[in-house]
Formats: sequence, C-alpha cells, structure tokens
Amino acid sequence: MAPALCAVCKTARALIKRPKNHSKLCKTCFIEVFEDEVHHTITSSQLFFPGERVAIGASGGKDSTVLASVLKTLNERHNYGLDLVLLSIDEGIKGYRDDSLETVKRNAVQYDMPLKVVGYDELYGWTMDQVVETIGKKGNCTYCGVFRRQALDRGAKMLGIKHVVTGHNADDVAETVLMNLLRGDMARLSRSTSIVTGNNSSEVKRSKPLKYSYEKEIVLYAHHKKLDYFSTECIYSPEAFRGSARSLIKQLERVRPSAILDIVRSGEDMARLVPGESPSSCSCKGKSKAPAEVAEDDIGGCGSQNGRNPGNEMAVMDKQLRENEEHEAHEIDVAKSTPRNEGGTANKKWELPVRTAAVASKVVKGQVLGNCKRCGYMSSQDICQACTLLDGLNKNRAQIQI
Amino acid sequence: MSETAAEPKMAITVDFSGGLEMLFSNQRRHALSIPAHDKDGKPSNIAFLISHLCKTLMKDPRTDLFVLDDHIRPGILVLINDADWELEGEEAYEIQPGDNILFVSTLHGG
Ligand SMILES: [Zn+2]
Ligand SMILES: [Zn+2]
Repeated sequence: MAPALCAVCKTARALIKRPKNHSKLCKTCFIEVFEDEVHHTITSSQLFFPGERVAIGASGGKDSTVLASVLKTLNERHNYGLDLVLLSIDEGIKGYRDDSLETVKRNAVQYDMPLKVVGYDELYGWTMDQVVETIGKKGNCTYCGVFRRQALDRGAKMLGIKHVVTGHNADDVAETVLMNLLRGDMARLSRSTSIVTGNNSSEVKRSKPLKYSYEKEIVLYAHHKKLDYFSTECIYSPEAFRGSARSLIKQLERVRPSAILDIVRSGEDMARLVPGESPSSCSCKGKSKAPAEVAEDDIGGCGSQNGRNPGNEMAVMDKQLRENEEHEAHEIDVAKSTPRNEGGTANKKWELPVRTAAVASKVVKGQVLGNCKRCGYMSSQDICQACTLLDGLNKNRAQIQI
Repeated sequence: MSETAAEPKMAITVDFSGGLEMLFSNQRRHALSIPAHDKDGKPSNIAFLISHLCKTLMKDPRTDLFVLDDHIRPGILVLINDADWELEGEEAYEIQPGDNILFVSTLHGG
C-alpha cells in the first residue's frame, strides 16, 4: 500500500487523518491547520484584546499544555499582544498533583511564562486528602470542582488578571451537552455550550479557545510537537455518569468521527431554542455570573480537569445547583422586563451576528451578582457554594473531634 | 523452548503513553520480539499484537482500560511508525520487522 500524500502540500507523507473531515495531512501541515483553526476561533469570537493579561489554567495535562503552547505560538505569530501567565491549582492530593505540578513548572520554563500555584489548603483550610478522609471518596469530586472553580478565580484575582482560559476541548463540550440532554436539563445545556462565561464587568471571565478542537487532535498535536505533558487519573475519581457519557462519545467517534463537533453544534442550536437562554459564544449582554458558575461546574468537576473524570457525586450537589438555578431563573425573569444594563451595550463588540436575536432576549440585572456573606466572594446566593460545602466539612471535623 | 525457537520472530518496539504506560509496568517503551505469524499461520497484524500484548505484556488486571470487546478501547489512538493507524488499515495492518507501534490514550486528565 503506497503511503498517502498530504492533502495540502501534496508532497509529504500523510500521518494524520482528521476526524472532522477525514482529510489526510502531513505533520507540518497538520500543526499549521490546527493552529490556524484555534486562531480562527479566537478572532471570530473576539476572545482577547491587545494588551490583555490572560491566565492559562494549567494542570500539566495534555489539554492545558497544548493550550499554553498554541497560545504562545499564536500570540507571537499574530501579535495578539497578550501577557500570558500559567495558573495552577494544588488540590492537595498526594501522589497526584505533585508530579503534574512538576510538569507545569517545566512548562513555565519551556514557554517562558510566569507560574502561580494556588493551594486548597491556603484558600480553604482543607486539602482534598483531608476532605476525603472526612467524607470518604463518594462525592469528593463535587468539593474538588467547586473549590477549583473559585480557586482559579481567586488565583487570577491575586495576579490582578480578569481572564482565565481553560483547556476544555470539543469532546468535553460534547460530553456536557450529552449529559445535560440525558438529564433533560436544557437550560444548563444551553449555558454549557458558550465559549465565554462571565463578562467584562464580572471580576473574572472564563473562556475555552480549544472548544472546537478534537481531543484526538490535541493529543496528536502534543505528540507531533513533542510537548511535555503529564497524564494520570485523579486517584479519587470514580467511574459514573460522566464516564458513561465519555465512553459513549468515544464510541460514536469511532463509527462517525464528525459526531463530536456535530454534538457541539447541535448543543449550540438547541441552546438558541431555549427561551431566555443564550448559547452566546460571547460574553455580552450581562450574562449573569451565577449561571456561568453553574455551567462551569458541568465541565470538569474533578481534580484532573476537563471532565474526563466522572462525577458520580452529582446527587449531592445537583440538588443544591438546581435550587440555585431555580432561584436564578426567577431573577432572570424579573430582570427581563427591565432595560438592558450598561454592560450590555458596552460589550456589543463581543456579539456574534448569528446569536443576536437569542442573546437580546436575555437581560440580567447587575444586582443578581451579590457577594457571599461568609467569604465575600461573588455569588448569587447569600452563602456561596464553596462556603456551603466548607460549613458541612467543618461540622464534620468538629464532630470527629468530639 | 525448542518449539518457540523454531518459530520465526520479529523485533518491534511498542510505546505506551497518555497514561497507558501505567498498565504496562509504568514503562513507556518496550522492545519486543513477537511471533511473525499468528496461530493460523497468517502474518501478524495489529489485531494479533493487541491480544498478544494483553496476554504477555500487561501485568495490570484492568484489561478493559486497554481493550473493550476484543478491540482497542475507543479513545486510544494507535500510531504505526508515527502515522494514524486509520491510514494504514487499522487492525488488519501487517506488522513489519522494526515497526514502532504507539498506543496513546486520550482518556486521561487534561
Ligand atoms: Zn503537508
Ligand atoms: Zn463564600
């Protein structure tokens, strides 16, 4: 069998078969196409502005390592003018995070980026090892996920940075769309598809520049560029619902590789049909911080990020999250009749044309954003999710001591 | 051992990464000598190699993290001399002496 030639340069041997369109590419052309597509996502969604300081949520794993590498490359190639920083969370899981933190430290040198590590112990007074000692392995991914979300924000705030990018890829988004579909949760489904959560007026904005990148291509990119990444499963993560959704997606991909992006696009289309919800690939129109928080929770609840690790613990947190959402939904309804807040117009440039109609229907008053009475952190509730969980943990610790 | 000595073998290298090395003695690269033919006398292909690895190389009992229903677990990429196995005929690819076969998992933490 004569080796296939690259569909782009027509000279080098094809080494990659792209899942999205079956095109066969050589190593050099693949790397270029992969980077070009991320660049397209970034520019078409207007993810960044020149001079912006951006923290890359870095775990040492393949997704965030590829994200750091690609952003460094594109920032230099296209003069984004970004000031990039690596931001890592130390959950306090012995034997798990130690090795991956070493990888992040090497990445910081390789990519010539400053690195900030924030520990759960300093933020919450609890390491994940201590949490598991107290509550057992069941449900710990919930704690890890809620703590992690705030930890990235808090870490960014310590650095005075208002934008955190994460390595969530197309498979992650497809998985979340599928999970919400299977739960019948269209509201959350719609939010989980957006490329940006939070907006310019919220303290820290989140975005996923690899949202349309296949996990397969991320791994191949890392392989062919010989990137230094670390892979391990979070030792506390059990197989469950998320794991099943994951397996289903990987099986679908085997039969029909385009299925993953098709699910992502279906999720975006369905999001547009949900009244009062927008799948905005932009951060505009005062999208409330609170739903964004909830949406984030869907992806990567666990220590090793990106939702590769199943969260069977959902029952515990689900109830609370749902209550939060109902609460939010109510506020949104009330707010709908009020004129758009200033942020909405100011952020007009973020808007993608195709989203306009749906986006405009969602207007949320700024005051939905409150602060946690305990820790002062942004929250739509009196007590934020992290503090609620900490309350439970601290009670447990007290009981054990008695 | 005289029986095995008579059997033609070929030398290949097999690599595991993306977390799969944990299933294979935490070792990334394995230099192997595998039978040139399967039990039916056909040239050894990737399907043969996969079952051969499960039988002879994997000490970890969690075979389902590598193989599901007798096929490579979806989400694990196979590269034959750095080329996606989909370009090489997948399981039917007939292994050549000196080949490098890489199994890389996409399933582990990002
Ligand atoms: Zn080429
Ligand atoms: Zn709080």
